[in-house]
Amino acid sequence: MTAAANAKHRAASAKKIRQFVTPEGVDLELKIASAGLRFGALLVDLLLILLALFLFSLFMLWVGLASQSDVTVVVWLLGAFVLRTFWFIGFELGSRAATPGKRLMGIRVVARDGGRLTADAVVARNLIRELEIFLPLMMLGAGAAEDMVSGWIMLAGILWSLTLSLFLLFNRDRMRMGDLIAGTWVVMAQRVKLDADIGVDAAGGAMTFTEAELAVYGIFELQELERVLRGRDPRAMREVADAIRAKIGRPVAEEDDVFLLSYYRQLKARLERKLLFGKRREDKYASD
Amino acid sequence: MIPPAAPARVIDAPNFSTSRFRAEREADWIAFDLLLTKLEKKGAKALTSDELLQLPILYRATLSSLSIARATSLDRALLDHLEALSIRGYFLVYGVRESRWNRLRRFFLYDWPAAVRSVWKETLIIALVILLGALTSYSLVASNPEWYFNFVDEEMSGGRDPRATAEYLQTTLGHGKAAAEKGESGLHVFATYLFTHNSRVSILSFALGFAFGVPTLMLEYYQGIGLGAMMAVFSAKGLGFDFGGWLFIHGTTELFAAALSGAAGLRIGTAVVFPGARGRLQAASQAGRTAGKVMVGVILMLFAAGLLEGFGRQLITDTMLRYATGTLMLLFWLAYYYIPRREDVT
Repeated sequence: MTAAANAKHRAASAKKIRQFVTPEGVDLELKIASAGLRFGALLVDLLLILLALFLFSLFMLWVGLASQSDVTVVVWLLGAFVLRTFWFIGFELGSRAATPGKRLMGIRVVARDGGRLTADAVVARNLIRELEIFLPLMMLGAGAAEDMVSGWIMLAGILWSLTLSLFLLFNRDRMRMGDLIAGTWVVMAQRVKLDADIGVDAAGGAMTFTEAELAVYGIFELQELERVLRGRDPRAMREVADAIRAKIGRPVAEEDDVFLLSYYRQLKARLERKLLFGKRREDKYASD
Repeated sequence: MIPPAAPARVIDAPNFSTSRFRAEREADWIAFDLLLTKLEKKGAKALTSDELLQLPILYRATLSSLSIARATSLDRALLDHLEALSIRGYFLVYGVRESRWNRLRRFFLYDWPAAVRSVWKETLIIALVILLGALTSYSLVASNPEWYFNFVDEEMSGGRDPRATAEYLQTTLGHGKAAAEKGESGLHVFATYLFTHNSRVSILSFALGFAFGVPTLMLEYYQGIGLGAMMAVFSAKGLGFDFGGWLFIHGTTELFAAALSGAAGLRIGTAVVFPGARGRLQAASQAGRTAGKVMVGVILMLFAAGLLEGFGRQLITDTMLRYATGTLMLLFWLAYYYIPRREDVT
């Protein structure tokens, strides 16, 4: 990666971050969920709805055959309606503001203005969904059913309805039509386990590096190194260790993990010391 | 006297290090995490008063840790964890300020009628559009019955067209022998079907509103057209009054709901086209929230209409009684929505 690519990567991830200042004055830096995650969540939810509907139908069929009463038909119709209309609304009104699909993808709904997510917003955003999913399907059905609608008109109809459904691809906040109208966003909300601190200097003094050897890398490289160390993949560690050894001109003398860990700790200590003095070196291309 | 310079070696052992910071604060984060998990799983009621008091303290401690970590630490895992924990905490601490019961109570007593009241202009417009549709088709079909087939689907009408005899039409209104033979077995199925179908149409007419309200208007106009055409067929056979009763018993509720769903859609459409002094996005989201409340109400109204249509209409066969029930329902809705109440002032 070059300096330009690095900067571009940083700019791209910064573009997804939205300022979100709590009353305590801390910016939570919410990240907008990507279109792919949203689509994945939708697919999971639709599958779950179908599954629930299937099980519910089987159950009602069984009850209906046993009781010989058409009340079961009523229950089935109402149940299917409630399931379809209130699946999303019901889950998003909960404290995690996410359907099972969204939870799986680690995303949630929030109010754009930073206030609490109100029930009317959730209702509005999900009733619009009815349109976004079913309008293209309806267009397709209507076009296929009526011969007088020519293929081109059908195509135009489908395209028009798809621009509504795919509205989230055309704005940088990844808002659906429903999000736009309800004043909501869908943002990342994964849970992150607190991994052990690998920066403790218990055995960090196995090797010492000189100032010049530590001065070659910046924060980006430090955090990549952290990722490799936490990943504990011996092949990746070997590659990274070799790259660093080549860069600072050290012979292969120690175990890879011992070398990398000591290097990581000393590099981190050095960069954090600089940070405290107000110098943030983003990557190796930035001046030291 | 100049004091002798302190030996430089002392600075070598720093008092602050990010590892020490973490070691000191980590217990708070873990406690906060556990508390949040408990809150998410079991709700605020499961927390003891001690834990409730701890919650804001731990929340602020976590936010402060996040600020410090951002300024001093380069440990990605630590930063990510604190960020995720703070976001989760923020939405739980600030998210819910009302119990579900209170929310429900406020919706029925205040929010729902207030939302309906605030779209009164749109409701009037949509009502006029439906009326206009009905008048158009009525006058066309009355002058030339052939028009009927342009307006009403053959399948939907179920034989209720200009070619039918007065006797047949009479039976469709639930009078005469045929209706009695049919019995009441299918009533609830029919009512449920009507309810789900109408709800979907209403949701669609609301959802189409954001396309500047035009499709909503068209959909509502179309609803009026079907109505007017039927009306013309029945009144040509001298059954206008009976048909009115047949329609009125649930129609006041159902058409009111249809008008409201159209009004909700129109509100969004106009907000997008004419945002006024607000930003377009902000205007849309404000309109959307009002419309969302109206729509929950619409679904409830349609449920009532489905009951009236499925049960009420088949069980009450006297035309005058049907008119009375319909009028009563209309008066009830009007009173519920438009009589001002004390909460309006506050």
